[in-house]
Amino acid sequence: MIFDTAIIGAGPAGMQAACDLRARELSVIVLDEQPAPGGQIWRGVERNCQPGSELAQRLGAEYRQGAGVARSFRACGADYRPLSRVWQIEETGPDATEQCWQVFVIREGQAEVVEARRVLLAIGAQERPVPFPGWTHPGVMTVGAAQIMLKSGGLLPEGPVWICGAGPLPLLYAHQLRKLGGQIAGFLDTAPRDTVRRGLPHLSGALRDWKSLAKGLAWQAGLRAAGLRRETGVRQLRAEGKDRLERIRWETPEGEKTAPAGVLLIHEGLVPSVHPTLSLQCEHTWSDAQQSLRPVLDAWGETTRRGLFVAGDAAGIDGARAALAKGTLAAVGIARSLDVLSEAKAKQARAAGDRALSKARATRPLLDTLYPAPEGKISDDVIVCRCEELTAGQIRAAAGRGSADPNRVKSETRAGMGPCQGRQCGYTVARLIAEAHDMPRAEVGFHNIRPPLKPVSVGELASLGKAKA
Amino acid sequence: MRAGADLIVIGGGLHGLSAALQSARRGLRVVLLEGAFTGRHASGATAAGVRSLARAVEELPLSLEAQAQWEDMTALVGDDCGFHAVGQVQVAMDAEAKARIKARIARLKAAGMHHESWIDPDRLAELVPVMQPGALGAAYVALDGSADPHRTIRAFRAACLEADVEILENRPVTWLGREETHWTVVAGGTSHVAPTIVNAAGAWGRQIARLAGDLLNVGIKNSMMIVTERCEPCLGPVVSAQNRKLSFKQTADGTFLIGGGVQGRLRPDGDSASVDFGALSGAMSTTLALFPWVADLRLVRAWAGMEAATADLLPVIGPSARAPGLIHAFGFSGHGFQLVPSVGRVIADLAETGRTRTDLSAFDPGRLATNRKAA
Ligand SMILES: Cc1cc2nc3c(=O)[nH]c(=O)nc-3n(C[C@H](O)[C@H](O)[C@H](O)COP(=O)(O)OP(=O)(O)OC[C@H]3O[C@@H](n4cnc5c(N)ncnc54)[C@H](O)[C@@H]3O)c2cc1C
Repeated sequence: MIFDTAIIGAGPAGMQAACDLRARELSVIVLDEQPAPGGQIWRGVERNCQPGSELAQRLGAEYRQGAGVARSFRACGADYRPLSRVWQIEETGPDATEQCWQVFVIREGQAEVVEARRVLLAIGAQERPVPFPGWTHPGVMTVGAAQIMLKSGGLLPEGPVWICGAGPLPLLYAHQLRKLGGQIAGFLDTAPRDTVRRGLPHLSGALRDWKSLAKGLAWQAGLRAAGLRRETGVRQLRAEGKDRLERIRWETPEGEKTAPAGVLLIHEGLVPSVHPTLSLQCEHTWSDAQQSLRPVLDAWGETTRRGLFVAGDAAGIDGARAALAKGTLAAVGIARSLDVLSEAKAKQARAAGDRALSKARATRPLLDTLYPAPEGKISDDVIVCRCEELTAGQIRAAAGRGSADPNRVKSETRAGMGPCQGRQCGYTVARLIAEAHDMPRAEVGFHNIRPPLKPVSVGELASLGKAKA
Repeated sequence: MRAGADLIVIGGGLHGLSAALQSARRGLRVVLLEGAFTGRHASGATAAGVRSLARAVEELPLSLEAQAQWEDMTALVGDDCGFHAVGQVQVAMDAEAKARIKARIARLKAAGMHHESWIDPDRLAELVPVMQPGALGAAYVALDGSADPHRTIRAFRAACLEADVEILENRPVTWLGREETHWTVVAGGTSHVAPTIVNAAGAWGRQIARLAGDLLNVGIKNSMMIVTERCEPCLGPVVSAQNRKLSFKQTADGTFLIGGGVQGRLRPDGDSASVDFGALSGAMSTTLALFPWVADLRLVRAWAGMEAATADLLPVIGPSARAPGLIHAFGFSGHGFQLVPSVGRVIADLAETGRTRTDLSAFDPGRLATNRKAA
């Protein structure tokens, strides 16, 4: 069967788009790695929100909202395939009469190909990797990973944790952790200190969404009221220890400080998941505000490759509410491109979607300004590529030896050739190249992405041939 | 406009680098023009098998010369390029394959070449204990092996710079013109002049030949490779199989490389190749029949590399008959990695003196000439 649309990702954007497309009676298949709908933000929402669940109360109202969306999604009639890893996406040759995409999936050890006329990537974001001395020590992990543990089984980290970074997520996690009785040793805020000066120009715009602002302020106030140790203007974080994390060290304008530490959670914002669109050679642009790449999209969410759409945080970091709006907009765009929606109706639907999106994005410029990506110099001894164990010094040296082409540096150093395909090191390598050639980061680009997009075993690959035969 | 070069090498793959290096060592002033960066194409995508085993007999003189050069690569480029003489075996999985291998070894012996030998299943099991039993034996060359392609590129590049080769990257050649005794080469906004040019443009060798007015009938191959996660070292020799699409080896860092000439797709732009997973998947059957435990290994990356391929699968090496002062060195048809040091020596001979002691008749560009006039 050829589906009208294959949606990859069952987070807010993917679920919303599925519901909207089904409402227009289009056939939809939704593929997602996770065992249940929800994406990152609403991970485990169906289980965690069963009646009487305490975890759901502690995780907050925004989390509980996901249960309703998941319910509509389950009922919408889309062919939902959980535990399905999408590892390759191809377009049928240009000679084909009607456009068709092939989505390669692994499910229960078996490879198969799903065919669809349109593809929507609603694959969300990943945490921005931030190399610093000692970040590979056991005991150091990201706030996002800790939150996954929380939502997947209510697991709290053992012992008091240090949280270091900037942005809404570390604040939210600290807030959730405190409510669940977790211990926080301290909060190290890496945002530059001149908050008011930087934030002021964006404040009035953000006030359009005063509810979110109020929530953020409440989290902060809560942490303060709890008497939590909080350091601001934190720079030059180091994790130290013999075989695992024992101590952390950091600097503030007042000087160097140190503290014993067992668990350190870090977070420096999110970046869109762009590996699939990069591998499909869609055009991308560099966002200075978010210091990351995003696919170039038209007003309907379509990439520079016809028939391929992107929605949610994969299109730019804007949060869950905006992801719902982007899901709606992409569904309008897809319906229009499949000729089931007249141009006039499509424009009308888009105007409504645009309004919702603009409101959901109201606080974004403020957040982007308050929590910029870290810019401090990465010292030569810091591991940048974890797969191949390459240091910033090695990459700097290779970057300086020839052109500013990330592919050249990749082939010379192997950074980006390991199992993570540069998800961990790609941005850092590009940043070091920009630094070595004294050019704007936006001009450096990203190395070519090789398949597969997700782990596949050789046996699973071989099962593809058997599936076809 | 630059003047003063004796030789311009077009293409910064390993063949271009090797030709440039060995010519510079003879005292020629060499400029190398590379469209992207050194090693961007076949030389970076290669399986880097160093194999005389089962080579066409026409290539063997160059291949055996190269075998000796690989043994002592440090002498040529100051680094061993990660070469290990782990041996190569070509397995016979059925009686017909066995008969063919034995006949080939007999022919080689009759011609005085003793590098290949037949090994029986017991010896094969000793050499490759991690392989399923059942094969009927194999051809074996102990001196063959494999190298690290990126390290090889780095070493050749560094040696070139040391020998004062001027390497210019991001300089795709777009125009060639011959005036009396000199070529003018336009590349990425600059132009360069020299009496002799070398076409080492790999998959684009045909286009470079055409720019010089030499129309050659040469196709393109897009061989695919996959690399797995790392494992404990357990496999010594490189394993291939007679008449099957298989090339299987473990690299020094523990990953397994699986190739064997399964073809990917050329992208519509004609300038890059992509992986065809349907074809790749089918080709896994031979690997899994011999090494079933590989099924559990994680595939880390798959890719396709482009290279020029001729109808007889022999390279194009030698002076162009139509374009004086143009020397071709491309069309290695998927097995040119091993030949890098010896072909570079031949090109340096030709660049320096116009002659070489090596018989190049089987590689004569003239055999591929088409009659159409250049547009
Ligand atoms: C997947 C794969 C596996 C292989 N495995 C083996 C193996 O195991 N053993 C073996 O012996 N061989 C193997 N080979 C073959 C071997 O890798 C090649 O024969 C060899 O690398 C060819 O080198 P080259 O320099 O001729 O070509 P390339 O490395 O392709 O170099 C050509 C260069 O020319 C440049 N160029 C093109 N057009 C222009 C222009 N207009 N101006 C300037 N520059 C230009 C390109 O950018 C490129 O860098 C394999 C090949 C592939 C693709």
